[in-house]
Amino acid sequence: MTEPSEKTTSRRALLGWGGAGLALGAVAAGGAVAATRAGDDAAPAGADAGAAIPFHGKRQAGIATPVQDRLHFAAFDVRTEDRDAFVRMLKEWTEAARRMTAGHTVGDGAYGGLAEAPPDDTGEALGLKPSRLTLTIGFGPSFFDRFGEKFGIADARPEALTELPQFASDNLDRDRSGGDLCVQACADDPQVAVHAIRNLARIGFGKVVVRWSQLGFGKTSSTTPDAQTPRNLFGFKDGTRNIAGTETDRLDEFVWVGEKDGPDWMAGGSYLVARRIRMHIETWDRTSLQEQEDVFGRSKGEGAPVGRAKERDKPFLKAMMPDAHVRLAHPDSNGGATILRRGYSFTDGTDGLGRLDAGLFFLAYQRDPRTGFIRIQRNLAKDALNEYIQHVGSALFAVPPGVRDKDDWWGSTLFGKEA
Amino acid sequence: MRPARLSAVAAATTVAALTAVTGCTEKGSSAGSDRVVEVTATDDKCEVSKKEFPAGHIELAVENKGSKVTEVYVLFPDDRIVTERENIGPGTKQTVTAEVKAGEYTIACKPGMKGDGIRQSVKATGGSAAKRDPRLDKAVAAYREYAQQQADETLPLAEKFAAAVKSGDVEAAKKAYAPSRLGWERTEPVAESFGDIDPKVDVREDGLEDGQDPATDWTGWHRLEKSLWKDKKIGDREKELADQLIKDLKDWQNRVGKAEITPTSMANGAKELLDEVATGKVTGEEERYSHTDLVDFKANVEGAEKAYELLKPVAQGNEPELVTELDKQFAALDGLLDKYRADKDSYEFTSYDKVGDADRKQLSDGVNALAEPLSKLAAAVVVK
Repeated sequence: MTEPSEKTTSRRALLGWGGAGLALGAVAAGGAVAATRAGDDAAPAGADAGAAIPFHGKRQAGIATPVQDRLHFAAFDVRTEDRDAFVRMLKEWTEAARRMTAGHTVGDGAYGGLAEAPPDDTGEALGLKPSRLTLTIGFGPSFFDRFGEKFGIADARPEALTELPQFASDNLDRDRSGGDLCVQACADDPQVAVHAIRNLARIGFGKVVVRWSQLGFGKTSSTTPDAQTPRNLFGFKDGTRNIAGTETDRLDEFVWVGEKDGPDWMAGGSYLVARRIRMHIETWDRTSLQEQEDVFGRSKGEGAPVGRAKERDKPFLKAMMPDAHVRLAHPDSNGGATILRRGYSFTDGTDGLGRLDAGLFFLAYQRDPRTGFIRIQRNLAKDALNEYIQHVGSALFAVPPGVRDKDDWWGSTLFGKEA
Repeated sequence: MRPARLSAVAAATTVAALTAVTGCTEKGSSAGSDRVVEVTATDDKCEVSKKEFPAGHIELAVENKGSKVTEVYVLFPDDRIVTERENIGPGTKQTVTAEVKAGEYTIACKPGMKGDGIRQSVKATGGSAAKRDPRLDKAVAAYREYAQQQADETLPLAEKFAAAVKSGDVEAAKKAYAPSRLGWERTEPVAESFGDIDPKVDVREDGLEDGQDPATDWTGWHRLEKSLWKDKKIGDREKELADQLIKDLKDWQNRVGKAEITPTSMANGAKELLDEVATGKVTGEEERYSHTDLVDFKANVEGAEKAYELLKPVAQGNEPELVTELDKQFAALDGLLDKYRADKDSYEFTSYDKVGDADRKQLSDGVNALAEPLSKLAAAVVVK
């Protein structure tokens, strides 16, 4: 993260600095971005963990772009009934996101400004690389419930954006569920991700409040199949058959909202399901290897489907136990339905009983949750894995298309360009 | 009140603010060479390149040539802190800037960051510290009057509380407790600027410093709060403490009018009052036995609002949007607090142990919504 390269204590000079700082930023970002072309349908590279992922594009970054190592996910509730104030905040958020994803500080930076004022940027990301930071925004069903009329956007509510139904064995904590807005911050450096959420929360004070947030520390799925498939906290490879960032056809069919899907403001966007899935780590760890492999339907070492030799061999579902996780979750068991998974492991210390408070913070993007997550999750009611997991948090968000250019902002398709 | 372990720093921060001082160590200072004082600190010396400099903006160029981590202070003649810089490692250089009026000062180096330090007397001469805006002078004068008035009004209420304690009447003392604290809570940053009074009257048990014995060294309101609500009894020690409290509060009353107050310190003080709410009251830590946190909460907000109202005419000219936002957020928080009292003139608030988690979050959200723009007030009243 870099500061504007010149320092001055003159207030007037500082005010004039924003523009120049941005121009410099654009040049710097251009250099760092190199081969990455996220937000485009082309394959995003971005293998360099320090590089910047472009913020502007047809799609929001943080969905089909390569999955980073760390997550800070925050759900916000809206606290203002003033549409103008809310839109102004979205624009301020966008500007801050534009700067932070390029590796720059927020506003006039973390130091060197007026001594009497708190710095615009909180400073903990100074000297750190852009770390492939992506910031992805979404709007929850409760946003339309509570502000649809007040903000004049009730008619824009997508049919697909309805609270998720109760699923078998859900044990949801209200304080870890829902939210009017969400921001998903992913980066290869946890401090960069936390810095981003912290600064957005700060800009949001008085307009929005954090409802809950979740840190994640190890990706459990990737969108770059060439890379080593990551493992979840059960020790199994996860997301072997995930949708890759290069699979344009599958992305269009299963992830991106189409032009004709409606509503118009969501075209090019997606729907995000977030689930906090607690894993009963201790009981899992004393489960026999045979049972562990039966439960998943894959071998623990290689990750090969039952009866196959290699991880990427086509699964033979009928060879698996009827309640094996892979069998029930597979597209062939769900009328072809599939979703783009982008989840992270989490460990929030231990609970009062000394058990790891750990699991999977499941994140999945899809064209329509009714034919995506809901369809699949219903089929998982008999999943053998349910004995070892519990869904304790849940949220759904409509994720709008990307911010096109420097004049565009998060939510512009919903609120109207001229808002 | 914050724990006393932090109070030395807290007081320093406040005092620094009270003198429109910038404890800034960033590069890019614009001080001319006659305003730069080179300070060479070693393990047994604290050498300064000049003992006289013009009043106004000064810059201490500190170099630690010793073997120990050191800190450097600029002090008023009565040892109040003008500005300070801690953690200056051996072989490193730091720049400390300050805005000083004409007068006598002390520069102290503290090798090992302990003790009174090695001291040098210095003098700021002539000149004026900063351009003055008569509207701000008026605001400072009015705020000084307010601080004095709050102390003057507190004493009879505190005496009523002390009298109830001394008569052994637990119920009467409980009733008089929260009202006796209102004036203090409204102007706490001013009181804290003296450094020595706050740890005597408003410290919590966990705020005692290392080596202090709660049985003998813990004094003030919260010590009595514990006796009244937790131990439910008044003994000889409590009666002594009631007298001590009045003595310490009289000290405050006598000194509060002489506190260094500037527009910046008023604005920062307002923000600090909200910080007090955010860290102490919203969590229920401040009044952990009496649960009268919302009374303190209200008093803190009132004190912040007073400082803001006095600075508003200037802020309005510089940052009209900030003023609009602050008006809105003060009104919102006041409205929220009103839900916890029967009528708007009453200072009897709902006991905080009866305020649920969801309501506490709502209060906390309201504090954040106000404190964030309030942190920008100081910059909006800087004389340019």
